[in-house]
Amino acid sequence: MTTLLEMRDITKEFPGVKALDQVNLAVKGGEIHAICGENGAGKSTLMKVLSGVYPAGSYDGEIHFEGALAQFQGIRDSEDRGIIIIHQELALVPQLSIAENIFLGNETAKAGVINWHEANQRTSALLKKVGLKESPTTLIDSLGVGKQQLVEIAKALSKDVKLLILDEPTAALQEGDSRKLLDLMLELKAQGVTCIIISHKLGEVRYVADTVTVIRDGRSVSTLDAKAGLSEDQIVRDMVGRDMSDRYPARTRRAGEMLMEVEDWNVWHPEHSERQVIKDIAFNVRAGEVVGIAGLMGSGRTELAMSIFGRSYGRGITGTVKLHSKEADVSRVDRAIKAGLAYVTEDRKSLGLILDETIRFNTTLAHLEGVSKGGVLNANAETKVAEDYREALRTRTPSVFQKVGNLSGGNQQKVVLAKWLNTSPEVLILDEPTRGIDVGAKYEIYAIINELSAQGKGVVMISSEMPELLGMSDRIYVMNEGAFVGELSADEANQERIMSLIVNE
Amino acid sequence: MDTQTKGIKAHLAAHMRDFGLLFALIAIMVFFQIVTGGTLMRPVNITNLFLQNSYVIIMALGMLIVIVAGHIDLSVGSVMGFVGALAAVLIVHYNMPVAVTVPICLIAGAAIGGAQGYFVAYWRIPSFIVTLAGMLVFRGLSLWLLEGQSVGPFPKSFQIISTGFVPELFPASWGEGLAMLFDARKFNVLSFALGLAAAAAVIRMGLQARKRDMDYGIESEPAGLFWTRTLIVSAAIVFLMFKLSTFRGLPNVVVTMGVLIMIYAFVTERTVIGRRIYALGGNEKAAKLSGIKTERLTFLAFVNMGVLAALAGLVFAARLNTATPKAGFSLELDVIAAVFIGGASMSGGSGKIIGAVVGAFIMGVMNNGMSIMGIGIDYQQVIKGLVLLAAVFFDVYNKNKQG
Ligand SMILES: Nc1ncnc2c1ncn2[C@@H]1O[C@H](COP(=O)(O)OP(=O)(O)OP(=O)(O)O)[C@@H](O)[C@H]1O
Ligand SMILES: [Mg+2]
Repeated sequence: MTTLLEMRDITKEFPGVKALDQVNLAVKGGEIHAICGENGAGKSTLMKVLSGVYPAGSYDGEIHFEGALAQFQGIRDSEDRGIIIIHQELALVPQLSIAENIFLGNETAKAGVINWHEANQRTSALLKKVGLKESPTTLIDSLGVGKQQLVEIAKALSKDVKLLILDEPTAALQEGDSRKLLDLMLELKAQGVTCIIISHKLGEVRYVADTVTVIRDGRSVSTLDAKAGLSEDQIVRDMVGRDMSDRYPARTRRAGEMLMEVEDWNVWHPEHSERQVIKDIAFNVRAGEVVGIAGLMGSGRTELAMSIFGRSYGRGITGTVKLHSKEADVSRVDRAIKAGLAYVTEDRKSLGLILDETIRFNTTLAHLEGVSKGGVLNANAETKVAEDYREALRTRTPSVFQKVGNLSGGNQQKVVLAKWLNTSPEVLILDEPTRGIDVGAKYEIYAIINELSAQGKGVVMISSEMPELLGMSDRIYVMNEGAFVGELSADEANQERIMSLIVNE
Repeated sequence: MDTQTKGIKAHLAAHMRDFGLLFALIAIMVFFQIVTGGTLMRPVNITNLFLQNSYVIIMALGMLIVIVAGHIDLSVGSVMGFVGALAAVLIVHYNMPVAVTVPICLIAGAAIGGAQGYFVAYWRIPSFIVTLAGMLVFRGLSLWLLEGQSVGPFPKSFQIISTGFVPELFPASWGEGLAMLFDARKFNVLSFALGLAAAAAVIRMGLQARKRDMDYGIESEPAGLFWTRTLIVSAAIVFLMFKLSTFRGLPNVVVTMGVLIMIYAFVTERTVIGRRIYALGGNEKAAKLSGIKTERLTFLAFVNMGVLAALAGLVFAARLNTATPKAGFSLELDVIAAVFIGGASMSGGSGKIIGAVVGAFIMGVMNNGMSIMGIGIDYQQVIKGLVLLAAVFFDVYNKNKQG
């Protein structure tokens, strides 16, 4: 196999941050090459350099593609050469249809008039190829993240792709969907497409990758051959620079008195008022307990959490929420916060953070009362709060005055977490808290969860990562199509039982 | 390159916008000072400059907040004209005392802002549409109120809102002495003293902020740059106030304006409600999920805008000493332009009070300078349009470059 791509001594600096420091990467034609590294290691930045998002001249080093020096001035240049990147943040237009999105900027037009018939036909063929059973005219809005990901890939395939780059494609996906996507990658590989995949899910890396390059602190530390059988521990060791034996911190269970009880919870869809989204749900959380909620994508877990948290989702909501056996007013977000609830959203970019603002701004936002007197902010107190959380959560950033948008995904998640910890909640609802987060940071977040429960707080954890739910929860509720279909204690719970509860329904 | 010049360069690059704005204002003033043969900086003209722009600046304060919250208000020109008309009708036709009329007018402004804000905040009708409707409605209502005529004149007690001057506090002999010293006909010691005090305050606050930054290890401005900037600003203040003191002293409206600017700068930068407005404009959904009552905040932003538009209406009517159906016509464009020249972003969530004020002065100096030069209104519009475009282009260009 010949080398398709070589990146030599790539160095990229942002004001105050050296994101990449002489990174080398060599990708052979027809292979699947994985890039692993902790949050903020520089993986996404490297791919942005490669695809021309950061144009030639804004970084040091050389890119050789198909044997020739490549100096891309923008994404268009790299796309013309067959390098297609699917970013960590999906970039589809929600109000347009699948077909419109796929051919956006690349329309099948004659003299400016779009030939919809042809576009839809070609889209159908592409959708078939990626295994997505949807009509080309379906709006992106109505698709889940998993399906949107497939649309992104279909879009990439609609161009003449030689090198496909996927930045954390499975971060938001359910296991079944992830597997489908990985198999699709293997299929593409068989058709001669070279792939680069960035992922924090090392099981997946082992499943698809031929070669793994590990990046740590902006430097390429090793290139591992994965065909000969590579253990996750090997990758982790290079990623974090030390051995990591356990993925979950030890946890002592101690369920105390009753903290929160939700009863007869019913929610209807905000637009289609005849559709009931949450059906008669009842559950409880005791002090010091970590309660997991398992379920497939679309089973209504996020809707449940958001409807409880200040009625942020749905309409016609009925039911009661009790805290310490007394009915609590959670009818508005500020009241829910005051009652002692906190909700860490699943989608941190669009719902959790104000990306253009600093870490400090975001950290104190949900509890400005704590850093103000008579409505006047105390800048020193704010800085102190932000600094304290930065240290406690080990957020990697040059200072708390960095824009949150410039942080890597994992560090952004820590800022969201800090924001909610700062409200001193009694019950913390975590929605996919470790999405897109590296093993080291995951461990840290688990440790934080444990510490909270040790302080007697209740934690509700919604997660699509089965091992994480099993590893962390004291009790697991299983949810399907808007209703709870079972409850398992930590000893009873395992992957098969959860799946069979879901399927039996 | 040694590290020091590198630091200055990096800092300039990162704060291009702030420095650019300041230097643009200075450059424009110098330019017009030269081409108008010194007329621009004559004490009487500087006094006029303040009077002419006071209402734009007052409205720009409210507009900045509306724009930061992610909205726009096209109705302010009309509302301002309407409130001026209301004041005229109440005072001139109904003989209502000024002390009653002024509060009524401000309350009317709040109600107008509230009505528009209600539709924007609680019914989620785009502010562009709601305030476009408001612009037509209040333009029509002022015509109706005034029956197409100009109504005036106002009693003296109303006129002083704009054209009055702060009385001298210092002994007359001081003024005479200083007038001799500076070879001026007269000298208002109070305005000059206030100018010196303001300059001292600017330096002091700058030093404090700088020290705070250093304490927290924030990359602070290189010392040379800090002093250049601060000294230019304070010198400009002293210079302007000196000019005012050699004419009739400090106009009342400058005091009103100065106090309002300070209050709004404080509210936007240092208070909880200010912080929440930036959060609302930065990401409404995230703000809402953080417990911020986004609807109420949007509503209040429009109420506030209404009050300031009403105040501007009073100032404007008092200055012209008559209310005309044409008052405030297309003034919303100047106000909005001032805010965008001052660096606010169209998508909400960013922008500063001081930027909007400097933006308004840039527009004001250009208006004034071009009028002195006798440039026709046609060219004036073209030039102002291009300046607005250039300022925003500069912003976007800078942002892209920083990546
Ligand atoms: N535009 C920017 N301005 C300043 N710093 C940036 C910018 N983009 C990235 N960085 C910084 O560069 C470093 C590398 O970021 P990058 O997004 O490449 O990490 P990553 O390896 O993709 O992490 P993750 O796994 O969390 O996605 C981080 O420290 C980040 O804060
Ligand atoms: Mg990344």
